[in-house]
Amino acid sequence: MENQSTSATFTRSDAAAAHARQARMRRLIGHVIGRILIHATLILLSLMAIVPVLWMISSSLKASTEVFAVPMQWLPETPRWANYADAFERAPLWLNMWNTAVVSFLAVLGTVVSSVFVAYAFARMDWPGKSIFFALLIATMMLPGIVLLVPRFIMFSKIFPAIFGFKWINTFLPLVVPPWFAIYGFYIFLLRQFFLSIPVELEDAARIDGASTFRILWQIILPLSKPALVSVIIFSFLYHYSDFLEPLIYLSNINTWTIAVAIRAFNDQYYATSWEIVFASGTFALIPMIIIFFIAQRYFVQGIHLTGFGGR
Amino acid sequence: MTILARSQAIGKPKPSKAQIARWIEGYLFAAPFIIGFVVFIAFPMAFSIYLVFHKWNLLTEPEFIGLGNILQLFADPKAGASMWATGMYAFVSTIIQVVFAFFLAILLNEKINFRNFYRTALYLPVIVPIVVSAFIWQRAYHPDFGIINEFLRWFGIAPRAWLFETELALGAFIFMRIWSMGTMMVVFLAGLQNVPESLKEAAAIDGAGILQRFWNITVPLMTPTIFFNLVVGIINSFQVFAPALIMTKGGPQDATLFMVLYIYRQGFEYLNMGYSATLAWLLFLVIVIFTIIQFRMSERWVYYEGG
Repeated sequence: MENQSTSATFTRSDAAAAHARQARMRRLIGHVIGRILIHATLILLSLMAIVPVLWMISSSLKASTEVFAVPMQWLPETPRWANYADAFERAPLWLNMWNTAVVSFLAVLGTVVSSVFVAYAFARMDWPGKSIFFALLIATMMLPGIVLLVPRFIMFSKIFPAIFGFKWINTFLPLVVPPWFAIYGFYIFLLRQFFLSIPVELEDAARIDGASTFRILWQIILPLSKPALVSVIIFSFLYHYSDFLEPLIYLSNINTWTIAVAIRAFNDQYYATSWEIVFASGTFALIPMIIIFFIAQRYFVQGIHLTGFGGR
Repeated sequence: MTILARSQAIGKPKPSKAQIARWIEGYLFAAPFIIGFVVFIAFPMAFSIYLVFHKWNLLTEPEFIGLGNILQLFADPKAGASMWATGMYAFVSTIIQVVFAFFLAILLNEKINFRNFYRTALYLPVIVPIVVSAFIWQRAYHPDFGIINEFLRWFGIAPRAWLFETELALGAFIFMRIWSMGTMMVVFLAGLQNVPESLKEAAAIDGAGILQRFWNITVPLMTPTIFFNLVVGIINSFQVFAPALIMTKGGPQDATLFMVLYIYRQGFEYLNMGYSATLAWLLFLVIVIFTIIQFRMSERWVYYEGG
């Protein structure tokens, strides 16, 4: 009786162990297959993401005959750096790049400076009408820029010259002046959220010591807000660097064009004949972005965390 | 004395000098936005309403035409075609983009090898300036020398003239937009950090399989992020412009004449400032209406923790 029962237990536990082993095995195989599928999918999609860009860069170094080879010739026999020299000869691309740098620098600086003050006013200061203006701020974030395009163009071409006595069209002014007036609600919102997360006790202590609001902002808030400031700088730089529509309507002279407008005209002119030259100009416009991306990579993701949009 | 002071405080709180000084300081700090809002947003919007009722080519004086622009809108077949193309583009591309970006974010949230490489590669299209990506795709879709037909040839699929065939051009633009879904993917990845591991583990102990955990835990907790990406994605895609101007100039047969391109053309090529402003208001209204509809619908499917 006793013996029988023990042997029965043994058999049962043996079977259970074998079963568990099998299950473990199955899980392991499932895991491996899962991993292979995940990597296969990701490799395929990553290739789809980068191949078009690599194709442009490779084609920018091809000879004309290689660009139009059938079947496709993926790499140039010998890289022709002369294509770039050729592109710079045909259009003032360096000047256009310089223009972009000037416009982006002034616009980003204006956005950061004005947004910091306004965000602090919304986060910490008390003034009548604050909640109404905050609602307006949120509303501007949803307003499509296109509604403002035509009236702003008329404002800059007709009204502002009459008021100020100098021309605005075909200068950088319509591109760099508005950012100094905190017109990008998103950045104000991002900074305000960040300021709100800083303990108010820090400011109270400084205020008791007699520090002015400006000093508190400059010496306490800003040093603590570096991640948010960097995010604003990067987002607004990306925006102004690749902005196309506004420079297109405000700048009419090739020497004032930004790089985006310049290479588009270049493309229109040489679309049919010289892909390699157009691709060289495109690669030229892409290089600054790639450099900035690799320097500041972590801030790209961080900025999205900061807005709190990711979570909610 | 104290009673009097208190009753005064209850009756009408008179701002003290210090209080007024604080208010003035608040206005000073907020001044850039207040001025900027009035000059660069409120005034242009008001002026744009004025334009809706006027005909103006910038060369002669503006001429009042009442509802002329709005009537023209209803009679203009291009406006309808343009709205249709824009709506199709916005909805189809955004929905596919959201699905893809969510799927990729789920995969990249796993602790796998080469994760950073994949993340960087998939994000890359976002940093390509829009004009440059228009160059790339204009040629990638080229019937004879483009990479798309080259790939299809490997699978024995006949080449097509993607940007020159009426029924294909819109799809080509949608594919191009899906290509740059990196921003959405990163937003999803950020959202996934807020899905507590402990909750999934608890469900696993209770015997929930991987798919069950996905549908019953990850997806509900991610609905706010999905909703955010949908709303922002649709608002942004309604404003597509540069790719169409560069790649197809709105063709073939207006198949890719997106609203912003049409607004640009009416305003800055035909100098119909009034009609251009009217079209812009139409686009704005459509965006607002769809955003409101989405918010209404979101009450049924978006799950807010503790809300």
